[in-house]
Amino acid sequence: MSVNALYDYKFEPRDKVENFHGMQLLYLYWPHHLMYCSPFAFLVQPDMTFGAFIEEVLKPAVAAHPDAGNASFLDARWQLNGEPFTPDASATLKDSGIDHKSMLTVITPELNGIAGSAS
Amino acid sequence: MAVKNKKLNLKDKYQYLTRDMSWEPTYQNKEDIYPDERFEGIKITDWSQWEDPFRLTMDAYWKYQAEKEKKLYAIFDAFAQNNGHQNISDARYVNALKLFLTGVSPLEHAAFQGYAKVGRQFSGAGARVACQMQAIDELRHSQTQQHAMSHYNKHFNGLHDAAHMHDRVWFLSVPKSFFDDARSAGPFEFLTAISFSFEYVLTNLLFVPFMSGAAYNGDMATVTFGFSAQSDEARHMTLGLEVIKFILEQHEDNVPIVQKWIDKWFWRGFRLLSLVGMMMDYMLPNKVMSWAEAWEVYYEQNGGALFKDLERYGIRPPKYQDIANDAKHHVSHQAWSTFYQYGHATNFHTWMPEKEELDWLSEKYPDTFDKYYRPRFEHWAKEHAEGRRFYNNTLPQLCQVCQIPTIFTEKDDPSMLSHRQIEHEGERYHFCSDGCCDIFKDEPEKYVQAWLPVHQIYQGNCEGGDVETVVSKYYHINIGEDNFEYIGSPDHKRWLAIKGKSSDEKAGGADKNAA
Repeated sequence: MSVNALYDYKFEPRDKVENFHGMQLLYLYWPHHLMYCSPFAFLVQPDMTFGAFIEEVLKPAVAAHPDAGNASFLDARWQLNGEPFTPDASATLKDSGIDHKSMLTVITPELNGIAGSAS
Repeated sequence: MAVKNKKLNLKDKYQYLTRDMSWEPTYQNKEDIYPDERFEGIKITDWSQWEDPFRLTMDAYWKYQAEKEKKLYAIFDAFAQNNGHQNISDARYVNALKLFLTGVSPLEHAAFQGYAKVGRQFSGAGARVACQMQAIDELRHSQTQQHAMSHYNKHFNGLHDAAHMHDRVWFLSVPKSFFDDARSAGPFEFLTAISFSFEYVLTNLLFVPFMSGAAYNGDMATVTFGFSAQSDEARHMTLGLEVIKFILEQHEDNVPIVQKWIDKWFWRGFRLLSLVGMMMDYMLPNKVMSWAEAWEVYYEQNGGALFKDLERYGIRPPKYQDIANDAKHHVSHQAWSTFYQYGHATNFHTWMPEKEELDWLSEKYPDTFDKYYRPRFEHWAKEHAEGRRFYNNTLPQLCQVCQIPTIFTEKDDPSMLSHRQIEHEGERYHFCSDGCCDIFKDEPEKYVQAWLPVHQIYQGNCEGGDVETVVSKYYHINIGEDNFEYIGSPDHKRWLAIKGKSSDEKAGGADKNAA
């Protein structure tokens, strides 16, 4: 225990997966598109396919960005929790190794935001 | 008068009314009376070494503060009777007050609770008295701020439920969690956090911008509050410095503990002040100075001199100070971008700067604004003009420690977010920076239980699954009145009516009640 306290200082993490009623959290970061101020926090079903995630979750989230129409997300360079990651559109998130509070990074090197400003 | 020397001199009076009111216990253990004094590892060998720079006694305190308060309320009355709100620079200014009332005034109340608590926990009488007076100051400030701003509540939206919002609204978890972290620490960490790191090192960056901002924008009620609080703030700052010097002089073992707290609370304070940065650069129609200039004067210069002075105690400047100094070029733009896109979930309005304001920002931030932020803002302004005012319809990732969305960028690459991620006991955690990540790693038990607003919404604990229900039912934000874009808002229309620029609405408070 690293907290100095007058009693046994131990608490359950507040955001364990069982608190999300069968769903899980998934963060997504699209570098060089800082018009979206931070990575997105999505609530997703673990048995959703990666392809459905792209179509039903990611695309609507970024639709307002001028680069969104030119982005080919499935062919982009991906990272899962900082490690290289190869998406499989037909695999579920769970089977793709995407667990609760994972973060995906999708890199589209040819797209650099509004007027190339990384926005 | 026949009786000579009836009055005590100041020093004797102070001695009688403070130190001599204390006594050494004989039938109870001192350690049982002050159980919180030792567990943090701070060693105090001699409490009598505590200096009392102001030598203020309670009887003098009441008399002095009552006089100040009488004058203050006379000015509030005059402000209300003369419809002082009509003389401000522009109604956009009122949004800074909404942020202050929901974000800062409840912290004054939290500070009152904190000082009342630690004032009980020290065995040294001098420290107890100083904390007692500061506790009363903080309570007064919380009240007088609310009274200063209550006049605006009659004429503008978003000021109606500040205490409720402070406990619930997503961005207000940032100031709330800051103070909860300090108040749930031991008494010495609390004083290092609030008296030293916040009041002494950073308070000018909160008070000067808000009070000068009020003066520059014609808000005489808030300016008068600022003047009234100034003498208290001077006492608080002196206490902050005295606390640190006293702890450091008492025992060399205290030095590394205090250094760790300074590192932590400098970083937490710096993150909290992002809100003030955006207020200065974006929410004040008449600008006082830029956030970068304020940071240079009040932190880099004043703070630099302070930490030079503390060198002889073995204290170095706070860790990640270099990151904070560099971030002065970015944080206000990043924070305003965030509030602009989540303006549907705030109790104040947001807007894009006008052309001359954009030029002012370009001039004040020559190395960053045109390169990273102006294109974004011009795009949003264009979208708005074409009927597509941008709102982000997703929820943001939050930092586990400061609870701000992870919006900040790398010092060496402002095109990339300074996101950090770790695993702790099988759970993943995300942070906005190394500064916040280090704070977590040092005391993970404290932060694994963080009440992160985004996650709470997703867990179904905020009265609804969709943002609209959360905002209206759980936050008590009146949709269409308090939130969304400033241009075309009821506040904006009312201001135009006050200035005689539109006949759509009558000026004054009556129409708000009717609306």
